[in-house]
Amino acid sequence: MARITSAVFSSHIPAVGAAIDGGTTDNEYWSPVFKRFEFSKQWQADNKPDVIILVYNDHASAFDLRVVPTFAIGCSESFEIADEGWGPRPVPPVIGHPDLAWHIAQSVILDSFDLTICNDFKVDHGLTVPLSLMFGQPDAWPCKVIPFMVNVIQYPPPTGKRCFDLGNALRNAVEKFDEDLNVHIWGTGGMSHQLQYTRAGLINKEWDTNFLNTLIADPEELSKTSHTEYIREAGSEGIELVMWLVARAALGAQVNEIQRFYHVPASNTALGHLILEKADS
Amino acid sequence: MALDKSYQDIPGTIVFDAEMSRKGYHLNQFCMSLRKEENRKRFLGNEQAYVDEWPLTDLQRKGVLERDYNLCIEEGGNIYFLSKLFYTDEHSFERTVSKMVGMTPETYREMMLNGGRPIEGNRSKGES
Repeated sequence: MARITSAVFSSHIPAVGAAIDGGTTDNEYWSPVFKRFEFSKQWQADNKPDVIILVYNDHASAFDLRVVPTFAIGCSESFEIADEGWGPRPVPPVIGHPDLAWHIAQSVILDSFDLTICNDFKVDHGLTVPLSLMFGQPDAWPCKVIPFMVNVIQYPPPTGKRCFDLGNALRNAVEKFDEDLNVHIWGTGGMSHQLQYTRAGLINKEWDTNFLNTLIADPEELSKTSHTEYIREAGSEGIELVMWLVARAALGAQVNEIQRFYHVPASNTALGHLILEKADS
Repeated sequence: MALDKSYQDIPGTIVFDAEMSRKGYHLNQFCMSLRKEENRKRFLGNEQAYVDEWPLTDLQRKGVLERDYNLCIEEGGNIYFLSKLFYTDEHSFERTVSKMVGMTPETYREMMLNGGRPIEGNRSKGES
């Protein structure tokens, strides 16, 4: 059977992708970030998954305001890289896993989570920046990736509780898949940041630290955090942290902390990163 | 009973809720058109003519032509859609955000290097 063995959490800041693509990762501004990801890249190379379920939000690339799905799963064979306004990032196309993606869609919908099934869309920095952070700049990504999109742009996003429950449903779905597959789940976005209007530039290290602690130790308690608290404490764009609850719940209750990193600033944002392994794996 | 809109008490913040999304629909869809290279060229070649093709309000057109991002946000623009506009100018999020908060890019970067805008005094309209 397939199993989710690890979860990786990371911000997906566009400027991080620009630093990788532009070859400026070793300058004074960025080297404190990329040095810490050396460990993560080695861990990733030593723990190669067959498939990653990559929970992220689309940033007006796959969807515009004509259609706003709350949860959407990518079921196609492959996904091209989106042009977000100054050309697509120079990274390989993303290869999907339609068998597992369709299996998850069927299982999770029958488990009462009404996913939108997507077969033709392009992926943006929300998905590709975490891949670059963990895999560097390969000619082809070394595993399959199932894009799993959560709306966090049009208010209201799904609640933390709904994201947490969905994570549990994803774990159940993966464990019902017959083929032996090592599956990782990634939660992306965050941490505290506000990109708009006169409070932009907000960072709340104390709140972020508590978020990381509680995410690891008691994610169900964390799932009760209200949307207004996210926006007030972590900024209007910090609310995307609800996506981390999907990945955390999907890993199961008992976990081992492999990597933890927090850094301010990365452009406008507090960058957070965790690697957790399932405790009995 | 009314919906909970307690987020409206947060200072310096415009949440992209239903009201803003309805107000900004055409402005945001205009921004989406700039994901295509040929449209970016056409827009930069004659901005007034390009925005006139879209059913925008006068304030939305003014916001776009003057790159007044706070005005665009007040008129329903969402930052991820507006990013297509400032990417067309080859400006980064960091540069654009510094303008929104009335700082030079250097001063803004300095604030971020020092830990960002603090939460103290910025939680509620009552305290700010």
